Amino acid sequence: MALDKATVTKIARLARVRVAEAEKDALVGELSGILAFIEQLSEIDTSGVEPMTSVVAMPLPRRDDKVTDGGKQDDILANAPEKTAGFFTIPKVIE
Amino acid sequence: MTAPTPALLKGATGDWELIIGLEVHAQVTSNSKLFSGASTEFGAEPNTQVSLIDAGFPGMLPVINGFVVEQAVRTGLGLNAQINLRSVFDRKNYFYPDLPAGYQISQYKQPIVGEGIVTVDLPDGSVREVGIERLHLEQDAGKSLHDQHPKLTYVDLNRAGVALMEIVSKPDLRSGEEAGAYVKKLRAILRYLGTCDGNMEQGSLRCDVNVSVRKPGAALGTRCEIKNVNSVRFLQQAVDFESRRQIEELEAGRAIKQETRLYDANTGETRTMRSKEEAHDYRYFPDPDLLPLELTPDYVARIKATLPELPDAKRARLESDLAIAPYQARVLVMEKESADYFEAFVAAVQKRTGKAPQDIGQDCANVVVTELFGALNKDSKSIESSPISPTALAGLQALKMDGTVSGPTAKKVFEEMYATGKDASAIVEEKGLKQVSDSGALEAMVDKVIADNPKQVEQYRGGKETVITFFVGQLMKLSRGTANPAMVTELLKKKLAK
Repeated sequence: MALDKATVTKIARLARVRVAEAEKDALVGELSGILAFIEQLSEIDTSGVEPMTSVVAMPLPRRDDKVTDGGKQDDILANAPEKTAGFFTIPKVIE
Repeated sequence: MTAPTPALLKGATGDWELIIGLEVHAQVTSNSKLFSGASTEFGAEPNTQVSLIDAGFPGMLPVINGFVVEQAVRTGLGLNAQINLRSVFDRKNYFYPDLPAGYQISQYKQPIVGEGIVTVDLPDGSVREVGIERLHLEQDAGKSLHDQHPKLTYVDLNRAGVALMEIVSKPDLRSGEEAGAYVKKLRAILRYLGTCDGNMEQGSLRCDVNVSVRKPGAALGTRCEIKNVNSVRFLQQAVDFESRRQIEELEAGRAIKQETRLYDANTGETRTMRSKEEAHDYRYFPDPDLLPLELTPDYVARIKATLPELPDAKRARLESDLAIAPYQARVLVMEKESADYFEAFVAAVQKRTGKAPQDIGQDCANVVVTELFGALNKDSKSIESSPISPTALAGLQALKMDGTVSGPTAKKVFEEMYATGKDASAIVEEKGLKQVSDSGALEAMVDKVIADNPKQVEQYRGGKETVITFFVGQLMKLSRGTANPAMVTELLKKKLAK
């Protein structure tokens, strides 16, 4: 599957990555190459094979419904670029 | 169950049919979050109920809350739905400041609960079945506050990671009123089950509404999704506004754009929030941090065995075992707390009087629905804050049933109990309201009334027997409502016949 420039632009926007117009042609080639590499897998016939969701044969572990965490506002906010009164603050976003 | 009767809307070019489907987000009642051990309690200081998982720190692994899984299964069973023994968690990718990981863990292709059915009671007394498409588990996002600062948005992650059940209906609803009735019923079921507290003001229950219109019988029209609808009243308003808007657009020759719209409670209008094709490309994929959730038939059966009696079953039982009329039965089961109150009341009356449930049910229902709910509604009070407890009310009911107080007096005593919280027998004692069934005392009063009203006596004896009600009324006045009406009538008849 080969990507076109419009798709690369869309992927970049969805990932919030700014890509200069001049870089896009190169990315079309690189991303298409990656997809082509992965697509080799489709040569194998997997009909009737369950998709593998994990490499370990174990059930999803479940925990008890207990409060064991929280109360660390300082840690949570430690890396916040901006904060006020216990909140993260960011430039206003209104839809 | 009848097929949806299309409540048609009149437009300039003829009738339009309204098609509504709802996505309800119900916060799961649990102590801790879906994938972290942080508390779910409402109203804490900002960012104090946040684990590093909820805040999207790198390297943190989610571990599912087993009780939340149980709650989802319980809800599915309460919605008569299929429980999927294998379900998968996916990542739904989008960027927003209150979603620190950049994705929400949700269930996409394989939800924990599949198709089900909710029986909805419509305001006209009819009943309709509304299909449930699915129920899946997902994380809630944090909360953005836009009104704290002119230039900044404040973000609190306390809610981030709290477990939600997204319950998706089939597009089976045909009016705002029906949509409202559906949400009320769904809320009642969740509250009976104890899987969601249903508190719409605190955001424990939120609705997104999909609305489209079409000419009757035509193919489905393009739909718009309305977000931010957080009360049943707003839901109806939003649907009414949005359907009108779509009809006007279509009749003016314009197409409906598929988009997300925001309901504004201040204006009662909906407005464009974002257009769907632009923002919604969620790139779902299975979350590599989580294995598929696998349940055994045994596990489901165990949960099923613990299901409480749900509103429909309770209502049927009230009608059959307690001989209560359908209208009252319906009102009584609407809220779990009302139903609990009523059942405690009936049990207490039964204990005091030794009567069979079917002999006291209807009378008890009348007292609760008419007197108590009436008084509570007038004061905008909930049943939990009723000044009269079920046992206290049973005290009054027993006095009424054994003839100690008459019907009209019981009403007065009720008012007094409601106002003062005093015991019924104390009020009756204090105010001398005991029904007079002593024939000697009654006879004296009957004689007086007959002597005082010769004209009416003449009328009665002349064949106008309805005048008897006049005499009964006079007697009640004389006795301040304490005379036993049955005895009075009998005595009057006897004396007047002479």
